[in-house]
Amino acid sequence: MNTPLNIKLFDTDIEQAPIRSGFGEGLVLAGRADERVVALCCDLTESTKMDAFAKEFPKRFFEMGIMEQSSASVASGMAAMGKVPFLSSYAMFSPGRNWEQIRTTICYNDRPVKIVGSHAGVSVGPDGGTHQAIEDIALTRVIPRMVVIVPCDSIEARKATIAMAQTNSPTYLRLAREKTPIITTEDTSFEIGKAQIFYRPEQAPVKVGIIACGALVYNAIIAAHELESEGIGAVVMNIGTIKPMDRTAVVALAKECGRIVTVEEHQVAGGMGSAVAEVLAVEHPTKIAFVGAHDKFGQSGTPEELIHHYGMDKEGIKYAVRVVLG
Amino acid sequence: MTHLHDDKIKFLEEKAIEVRKSIIEMLVEAKSGHTAGPLGMADIFTAFYFHILKHDPQNPTWEDRDRVVLSNGHICPVLYSAMAHVGYFPVEELKTLRKFGSRLQGHPHREWLPMLETSSGPLGEGLSQAVGMAMVDRLDRGQNSNRTVYCFLGDGELNEGQVWEAAMLAGKEKLHNLVAIVDRNNIQIDGFTETVMPLEPITDKWRAFGWHVLEIDGHNMESIVDAVDEARAIFEKPSVIIAHTIPGKDVDMFESDYKWHGNPPNKQQGDQALATLRTLGGKIKSEHE
Repeated sequence: MNTPLNIKLFDTDIEQAPIRSGFGEGLVLAGRADERVVALCCDLTESTKMDAFAKEFPKRFFEMGIMEQSSASVASGMAAMGKVPFLSSYAMFSPGRNWEQIRTTICYNDRPVKIVGSHAGVSVGPDGGTHQAIEDIALTRVIPRMVVIVPCDSIEARKATIAMAQTNSPTYLRLAREKTPIITTEDTSFEIGKAQIFYRPEQAPVKVGIIACGALVYNAIIAAHELESEGIGAVVMNIGTIKPMDRTAVVALAKECGRIVTVEEHQVAGGMGSAVAEVLAVEHPTKIAFVGAHDKFGQSGTPEELIHHYGMDKEGIKYAVRVVLG
Repeated sequence: MTHLHDDKIKFLEEKAIEVRKSIIEMLVEAKSGHTAGPLGMADIFTAFYFHILKHDPQNPTWEDRDRVVLSNGHICPVLYSAMAHVGYFPVEELKTLRKFGSRLQGHPHREWLPMLETSSGPLGEGLSQAVGMAMVDRLDRGQNSNRTVYCFLGDGELNEGQVWEAAMLAGKEKLHNLVAIVDRNNIQIDGFTETVMPLEPITDKWRAFGWHVLEIDGHNMESIVDAVDEARAIFEKPSVIIAHTIPGKDVDMFESDYKWHGNPPNKQQGDQALATLRTLGGKIKSEHE
């Protein structure tokens, strides 16, 4: 490991926190650092963790009601007047419902609006498929200028929020609802556009590289740890920024490992794995297995049941590794 | 703004003819684009750019300027024409409309023409942006800000649900620094608005959303200026001016024919239009006054 991670990474009592909580903390810090930062929420203030910002900066917080489409354009108008607006809702509705407003009034207009989509992925659980955004990475990364960030834990989410408040780029930040093991530490580096190696086997020869994002990075690390004891060396890369992708790191991983598995709580079509494949197809054609939703909608269940059902747990990842190794 | 004297009215009416001529010329040259809406809004855009707006064509990023959001981007020939005639860029450049490499994109794009406040084209999105601007104006400068945010909308555009989301928010926020101008020309691509998707009672709808509503003849310079004066004087709510206009105004063959909504004249039609472009000898009063 070339970056300091939580020393309790492989302990059963590893600390957990929702990734969205890190956003809430980061937004307050970004607001203190820069008075241009304003926040807009669509009737989900507590749920998307904007409540702390709303409390500390009541004049810079705007309750928009259940109006995701208009709110994206309102945020654009605020950015036109020099603000750095963060707009939060559930990912299914923003960027899900308001995609064209984001494309035209934010990205085409080149306004530094930050779209924060919470409750992404099937791990939303009992609410069911209507509320499980597994298309949002595809929707956002296809828009020119848009930066797409998928933090792996609450600490990375906090750092990402602070970092994205300081750029002039329209940005999408993808968050998850459930408590997630805390992988990183205060000392773990974070930079928009940089991927990091989170696990490097020491006891087994490297045979595969696993590229993961979001809450599933933890499952990927655990899978790699177990594979190592089975004699299969897997290097795990955390790709916190989907766009712009760290092409150098991805190509280097493919060259080192020879086989790649991508892991995301998202449709395989158009998601992070597709973005990796777009890079490797051009620069270093590599056999890839994709862990994600294979052209299926989500459904109700516990997060654990759903992560297992869609093959995104450590067993599913290990299976994908064996498949890609032939 | 000062009260309009007869000389000023005459000046504005003559400017409006120049703006209309350029619209026809640029559409003929472009061989595509919208005809009826731009001609119908020529008087209003002339009144704004040559009299109402607080702006400086030599300094488009002046912080104290009023903000203009064109929501129905397809009528941009009138915006481009008014901006060129008032000095934002050379009138000659109007002939590049819709051509490869031109700053005058088929629908406005602020990346190409940075003096625009926003890009537009997809309908229904302008008012939300104008609301965002007005909210920030009040946040930064308080109730005494002397900047006004103006948003131009088409009437067919009011079919879009997003317009009413924005209208609801503006009503909630009591944005007195926001003035919307609706081009009530009664046509959209598929036909007359009341056939395609009825908008009436249009004034009741806006009032119900918390807006101060004015109705004017959109070809009468005095009415236009007076309405904006009244709108700016209303302190407790946003204002909307329902401007009754004649689509294709001042060219007989274009007037009130919805087929000219989305089509340009060819060279021959353009010559004919330029030849018949009427002067506004007398002020035209609409039936709504």
